[in-house]
Amino acid sequence: MSNLLIVAELDESHLKAATLSAIGFARKVGEMAGGSFEVLIAGKDVSTIAESLRAYGAAAVLMADDDALKNPVADQFAQLVFDVARQRNASMVVGAVSTFSKDILPRAAALLDAGMLSDVVDAHKEGDQLIFKRAMYAGNIIATVSLEGNVRVFTVRAAAFAVPSKVSEISPLVPVALDVSKVTSRMEFVERKTKASTRPDPTEARVVVSGGRGVKSAEDFERLIGGLADAFGGAAGSSRALVDAGMAPNSLQIGQTGKMVAPDLYVAVGLSGAIQHLAGIKDSKVIVAINKDPEAPIFEVSDYGIVGDLYQLVPELIGLLKK
Amino acid sequence: MKSPATGNALKILVPIKRVPDTDTRIRLKGDGSVDWDGVKFVINPFDAIALEEALRIGEKSGPVEIVVVSVGVEACVEQLRTGLAMGAERAILVRTDAALDPLAVAKFLVAVCLKENPNLILMGKQATDDDASQVGPMMAALLGWGQATFVSKVEFLENNTRIRCERETDAGIETLTMSLPALLTTDLRLNEPRYVSLPGIMKARKKPLQEISLAEISQTPSTRTRILKMEVPAKRKAGVRLAGVVELVDKLKNEATII
Ligand SMILES: Cc1cc2nc3c(=O)[nH]c(=O)nc-3n(C[C@H](O)[C@H](O)[C@H](O)COP(=O)(O)OP(=O)(O)OC[C@H]3O[C@@H](n4cnc5c(N)ncnc54)[C@H](O)[C@@H]3O)c2cc1C
Ligand SMILES: Nc1ncnc2c1ncn2[C@@H]1O[C@H](COP(=O)(O)O)[C@@H](O)[C@H]1O
Repeated sequence: MSNLLIVAELDESHLKAATLSAIGFARKVGEMAGGSFEVLIAGKDVSTIAESLRAYGAAAVLMADDDALKNPVADQFAQLVFDVARQRNASMVVGAVSTFSKDILPRAAALLDAGMLSDVVDAHKEGDQLIFKRAMYAGNIIATVSLEGNVRVFTVRAAAFAVPSKVSEISPLVPVALDVSKVTSRMEFVERKTKASTRPDPTEARVVVSGGRGVKSAEDFERLIGGLADAFGGAAGSSRALVDAGMAPNSLQIGQTGKMVAPDLYVAVGLSGAIQHLAGIKDSKVIVAINKDPEAPIFEVSDYGIVGDLYQLVPELIGLLKK
Repeated sequence: MKSPATGNALKILVPIKRVPDTDTRIRLKGDGSVDWDGVKFVINPFDAIALEEALRIGEKSGPVEIVVVSVGVEACVEQLRTGLAMGAERAILVRTDAALDPLAVAKFLVAVCLKENPNLILMGKQATDDDASQVGPMMAALLGWGQATFVSKVEFLENNTRIRCERETDAGIETLTMSLPALLTTDLRLNEPRYVSLPGIMKARKKPLQEISLAEISQTPSTRTRILKMEVPAKRKAGVRLAGVVELVDKLKNEATII
């Protein structure tokens, strides 16, 4: 019997949508392996979010609401996950792939002396063993892997696990009996500079429009890439080149070492399609490329390609979509 | 360079991993194993950034002692020599042919750490072969140290006893401070690593490179992850070239039915 602990994640004061995909993973594994799952929501003033999490079939929603968790730091939060996992006898600890999970979960895994798999895209049962799939070598290889141990830790890619439907039975809400302020920390949060954006996160959007080095300035990025993203009602993204050049925020970098996306539509504008970029977009349903170089590698993976100047094509496209 | 008296001496441990060059397209052989024939190996790019930062810290806030350490096969010596050529003083190879998972690697590196006693560990946020992003925070947990992952800026405070870091997170740039000892993992924007120079390579030949066996750090590898199978994912097919945006909108509406 498995008992999964899902670590919910906050995006400012909202629930990060990817958390629901982690619940989707838990439901799938629960069905295959037998057992139940619980969701941990920790932060400051999180009761409304905790309430919303009660609709997904968890055996319990565990809530830690504490001033000390307003801007949590890694050592403290990992300790909290460790304590809760032990208290609840969790056999698997799961989060959605994000910088938050990458910061906290390996730390919690080591405290639990648990092995960990990152970026899981599939879970299956073979005999009575659970097996998982994840990408390696910039997406050139898909590995089927097993993980042993009484406790196991996972991060799962949001796009790979469907958001579960709501169930009629409401999960009990259980306050976590922990004095978080007594968990000592060696770290101090100072500040967070958020790029206020009205656009969705690229990992959560149905359409992602990404710009590359063909875009010449931050203004052009906002006007053309942001503008086209808005016309599709989607998210903006970027190649590494534009982030390095300071023209796009780091949180928009798509690729092996940035965010992995799998939208219904990915529009690559003025980017060449380097191996590290492709690693992050390969699972998109439809890929469109706009590039002035007919030999650009991005065309080899695109369903629709237009050879031409983005400065001419993108405004035309925005105009057509707005009609 | 500041005089040594102005700051507490830093000793920085930089774990570096030997990985295939990031632009290599890894292929499989008939038996399903990786075809290493002709593959070029490099220092994991994020670890090169970590080493570069350690060198810059030495140049700015010296004095520092920089030790590079690798866990793995004999051939890791190549990457350690490159690390020495970039400017590290000493290198350590924890020699093993075992296939290790991140927790096992973290335990070996922690064992080295307990021998070496650094007050700062600078390492990559991820290895570009397995993309695990695990070893750093795992080590910090085992050592009980503070950590800053995805670091894009590092600054020393209070005579090198505290550190202020900017981190690249999904939510934006986060700043935190902590006292040493501490562990940092690097992101791409931290710096651009220097190239090795010819004099650097010459000097590296004389620098100490110590090999230690697992027995010496009294560890046995216990790896919990097992790769059962490797496959090449289905290749995407190149689609059609369109004359312009009018045709594109038509295709998206009527063929792909996305808009
Ligand atoms: C360790 C490591 C990690 C990395 N991680 C990532 C990652 O996560 N994500 C990522 O994206 N990259 C990553 N990279 C970088 C990657 O290797 C490429 O350098 C990068 O993706 C190139 O960005 P680009 O396509 O925008 O630029 P380029 O390769 O320079 O391509 C620009 C393209 O724009 C086209 N163009 C120029 N002007 C116009 C115009 N007016 N109209 C139309 N087209 C035009 C050109 O034909 C060209 O194809 C990583 C590299 C390393 C070493
Ligand atoms: N075998 C190894 N030897 C030395 N350092 C390693 C090794 N494996 C991982 N690391 C370090 O841990 C970081 C993260 O690796 P990973 O968790 O595997 O993505 C790398 O950037 C290296 O700094």
